[in-house]
Amino acid sequence: MVSAKSKASNKVIFVFLLIFAVAILYPLLFILNNSFKGKFFISSDPFSLPNGETFAGLTNYANGLMKTGLLNAIGWSFFITIVSVVFLVLFTSMTAYYVTRVKSVYSNALYYMFVFSMVVPFQMVMFTMTSLADRFHLRNPLGMCILYLGFDAGLSVFMFAGFVKSIPLEIEEAAMIDGCTPLQTFFGVVFPILKPTAITVAILDAMHVWNDFLLPYLVIGISTKYKTIPVVVQMLVGSNGNKDMGALMAMLVLSIIPIIIFYLTCQKYIIEGVVAGAVKG
Amino acid sequence: MEKTLKKYFLIFTLPTVIAFAFAFLIPFVQGVYLSFCKFTTVSNATWVGLKNYQDAFSGGQGFMSALGFTASFTVVSVITINLLAFTIALLLTRKIKGTNVFRTVFFMPNLIGGIVLGYTWQQMINAVLYKYETTIVANAKFGFWGLVLLMNWQMVGYMMIIYIAGLQNVPTELIEAAKIDGATPWQTLIKVKVPMVMSSITICMFLTLSNSFKLFDQNKALTDGAPMKKTQMLALNIYETFYGRTGYEGVGQAKAVVFFIIVVAIALVQLSFTRSKEVEQ
Repeated sequence: MVSAKSKASNKVIFVFLLIFAVAILYPLLFILNNSFKGKFFISSDPFSLPNGETFAGLTNYANGLMKTGLLNAIGWSFFITIVSVVFLVLFTSMTAYYVTRVKSVYSNALYYMFVFSMVVPFQMVMFTMTSLADRFHLRNPLGMCILYLGFDAGLSVFMFAGFVKSIPLEIEEAAMIDGCTPLQTFFGVVFPILKPTAITVAILDAMHVWNDFLLPYLVIGISTKYKTIPVVVQMLVGSNGNKDMGALMAMLVLSIIPIIIFYLTCQKYIIEGVVAGAVKG
Repeated sequence: MEKTLKKYFLIFTLPTVIAFAFAFLIPFVQGVYLSFCKFTTVSNATWVGLKNYQDAFSGGQGFMSALGFTASFTVVSVITINLLAFTIALLLTRKIKGTNVFRTVFFMPNLIGGIVLGYTWQQMINAVLYKYETTIVANAKFGFWGLVLLMNWQMVGYMMIIYIAGLQNVPTELIEAAKIDGATPWQTLIKVKVPMVMSSITICMFLTLSNSFKLFDQNKALTDGAPMKKTQMLALNIYETFYGRTGYEGVGQAKAVVFFIIVVAIALVQLSFTRSKEVEQ
């Protein structure tokens, strides 16, 4: 069935896809390439590879790290992301279980408020949330994790609740008859079944928290040591008119590396998770 | 079982509910109230009725021009992203060599955060424009098409994955039958494949629509509204109204409420679209 004509057209398609792949990778290669050039050569000759004269070794990386404290920021980004995701998976799965299994005004009201919160844009609560966080001393990494638990609760509860509905009641009833408390039933029986959804929720929330700029920028601010990666990158560019482009390139590269590693190691889960989130949300 | 679980409502729901109250519920209610007030902090508000809303829409606030820019940006990026993503999804479902590698590469930009992405593209675009002795902030057209390019680069891979999932669910018998009936590849595409993936198309249209409409980080990083706020989108306009100068917090909050209402309207249209599809099937 495979004719010569379709073989030829497959070749054309392959070349087209290859060009597109290069277009996708090019911006990343561009900053990687320029991160190794002396800062004065970047604007004069941005597209060539570094040579003897323009090659700056790791100077840009050293300069950038000294100026920005990006390593600290990577640490805090990791801390806030991991703790927030643990909070979210643990607490919102419990809440979703409760609001699905218990039919009361309280649980109905909760469920609809969670769904409603998914639609509301951040700008709506930006100012008031920041001042509330100030009054209750949440302007620190742990406080950020609590805010993320609240802010991403909508999507997470919604995803978990959708899955809990499909679990047959008999399993839980059997556990209860055997004398399990609701907590034992949830963690012993229900949570293991929820694992695929837990992975999806963890990935979606991790991507949001890791990349989020405005919440940490407003709540933690720029004058503390708890800055996250996007805040540091914004400061490096936004603060001084006479910017060090070499350092900027190097810091952009360092900000992207953790994401690429994460992506290449958990690619399958990430793609599945993001698609599941898109289809349900 | 429901009765026993009901007694555990504190353990199951309290952590999420407290965080949700801090991050969303209280700020949301306060936000709606404050949009009718003049204030500089949450505690010194005085009621001014609809004045903030009048001010928001009056000239000099840039809200209407931001709305115009956001709307045209959204239309152009929704069309370009979906056309490109659908085309590539078609090509990748033809069993071409290297399909998996292409998928991996195309999806990757979706994971990188808006701030980091925005500065990466700013450096790239400026590197080209330096050759013509200009920069991206010199002309609003550069900013507009720069944003469209960036948004395409980031979202095409994501939408492509959703389209691929849809295309793979089209029964092969259907396509075979169309071929036997003498349909050209183009007819098969328009009359068989497109109607069969209508639900994926709806999902992708609304995902790109709401992501483009609510865009903030990329806009802030790429142009920050320059020149003369001409490339300022709604979310950035609201942010600038809050934090750009004091005395306009109420107007900012009123704009945020309007923004929220538009976003909810879009979501409701999406919901009715999805519902009507479900009835048909």
